[in-house]
Amino acid sequence: MRTDLYQGHDYYLMDELLTEEHKLVRDTARAWVKKEVSPLIEGAWEKGEFPRHLIKGLAEIGGFGPYIPAEYGGAGLDQIAYGIIMQELERCDSGLRSTSSVQSSLVMYPIWKYGTEEQRQKYLPKLASGEWIGCFGLTEPDHGSNPAGMTTNFKDAGDHYVLNGAKMWISNAPFAQVAVVWAKNEEGRIHGIIVERGMEGFTTPTMHGKWSLRASDTGELIFDNVKVPKGNLLPGRSGLGAPLSCLDSARYGIAWGAIGAALDCYDVALRYSQERQQFNKPIGAFQLQQKKLAEMITEITKAQLLTYRLGQLRNEGRATSAQISMAKRNNVNMAIQIAREARQILGGMGITNEYPIMRHMCNLESVITYEGTHDVHLLITGMDITGFDAFK
Amino acid sequence: MKILVCISKAPDTTSKIAFTEGNTKFDENGVQFIVNPYDEWYALVRALEIKEAQGGNVTILSVGGADYEPIIRKALAIGADDAVRIDAQESDSLYVAKQIAEYAKDKGFDIIMCGKETINYNGSVVPGMVAELLDLPYIPLAVKLDVNAGVATLEREVNGGLEVVEVTGSFVLSAAKGMAEQRIPNMRGIMAARTKPLQVVPAFAAETSTKLVSYDLPPAKGACKYIDAEQAGDLIRILHEEAKVI
Repeated sequence: MRTDLYQGHDYYLMDELLTEEHKLVRDTARAWVKKEVSPLIEGAWEKGEFPRHLIKGLAEIGGFGPYIPAEYGGAGLDQIAYGIIMQELERCDSGLRSTSSVQSSLVMYPIWKYGTEEQRQKYLPKLASGEWIGCFGLTEPDHGSNPAGMTTNFKDAGDHYVLNGAKMWISNAPFAQVAVVWAKNEEGRIHGIIVERGMEGFTTPTMHGKWSLRASDTGELIFDNVKVPKGNLLPGRSGLGAPLSCLDSARYGIAWGAIGAALDCYDVALRYSQERQQFNKPIGAFQLQQKKLAEMITEITKAQLLTYRLGQLRNEGRATSAQISMAKRNNVNMAIQIAREARQILGGMGITNEYPIMRHMCNLESVITYEGTHDVHLLITGMDITGFDAFK
Repeated sequence: MKILVCISKAPDTTSKIAFTEGNTKFDENGVQFIVNPYDEWYALVRALEIKEAQGGNVTILSVGGADYEPIIRKALAIGADDAVRIDAQESDSLYVAKQIAEYAKDKGFDIIMCGKETINYNGSVVPGMVAELLDLPYIPLAVKLDVNAGVATLEREVNGGLEVVEVTGSFVLSAAKGMAEQRIPNMRGIMAARTKPLQVVPAFAAETSTKLVSYDLPPAKGACKYIDAEQAGDLIRILHEEAKVI
């Protein structure tokens, strides 16, 4: 891969809305990515492995629970800072961002929000430092867009629970020490339960053959009569709303992250269009290429404005799930369209691993599907504005 | 070990350079400023390494307005203990050197470290002037610094080799590439920087000894002419007759 020449694009002077600390957080994440990740990301993607040696650095730049209070090992930053970190990570690779956002929003967030003080003290500092990696078990082989139909369940066995079932498409599963698993109790109520690696009957087979998110490890979680101590149940909230609130946090991060992937594709395509000569002039001087580039920066700018406002609402605790769905859906779709257009600007070079565009394009096929598909988010908006539930 | 690291701000290397007010002022509109890399990557990071190994204190010093504070916070996030901003508009090098010297003269710093130059003005003279004003030894363009039992050993790149210098007592140095490696701040550092002391002191009285007349951009690059590798004679003729350089 070529030297990472990325520079941000800020057509509407959004930087003026950021604090100095936001900018320092962004510059830190960007500098770390350029130094530590950009040189190896293509190789990791081809090998199909998450480069685990990056975990320590990812923790140091605030990649794990940046908004978790400092008393639990987090950085105590606001939601916009969290978004900015996700944007810088996904600017490099959606899989890198996935590892970080799963740990932050799907593992640390529920333990922080719904765990006991003892659980917070036990897990959060180790997750923040990267000593432990976590994963989140909601999706099942037969229950993707319909998580309420899950069959994973636990039974009260006196001094412990017995957990049975299987989860699929779980980021970080193959090397996670901790899994926050959503399962039904004997009354059919969904609860979060913390399962640790080493518990008898708990296995995490790796999933192979992905053409997307190849630099992120994905696996299954298999529970075969796993004895889980009663103290591992998250007592603060139950029902489907509990995992969905975690997804709100993660989807919010994805909305920012997708802008990062789009910016990288745009940045590469813009530079290429100014350098690549055909018919004795740069291809950027031709109207059809300008149309592509102009539409890209327009869509990126709209997404930046939408997402910054969403960040303000998150900071104030006012962002609704439906607002988050709109941003996740819009931004990921925007990024995938930009990746496709950018690939065309690069012509044949666009399909090679000398440039990141094809990798982003492949990654975004997962991002547009996971954490609520493109279609499901549309139905969430539809339900929000009409009052009619079109899911069933 | 008490170390003073002087940092300046400089436009990011991707900035578009333009001037305003009749070409007498650099147009800062839309320009992203960074810590001057020689000050940050080499002087500051080596100062922190010495402090971490031997104990002590690293103070940041900048001469400039409130617009300097983001880069000062970054230096604190990287690991400096405290910072001082001399509230003066930067002008020529002697003016800046007088501000630094006036502040540092009675503070008992063991080492005053600067980068070898700023990447925007490239003057390379402030640290030498500071040393002169404080009557301290000056080691320019140092690529290595070690301190043992009060004796500093420095290496300088000289024509065709290295020069090794020892200094006892306080001194001033300018740091060149090689003295340390860039350090990326971590989140703990960014959080700590929020509460580290940043003292603002008024400018010391000093005359500006030069007057800026104007800036100009370098002439635009001309078109590139390709000459067939087999036609060396053409190349020589063009260099001689058209470019008139040989």
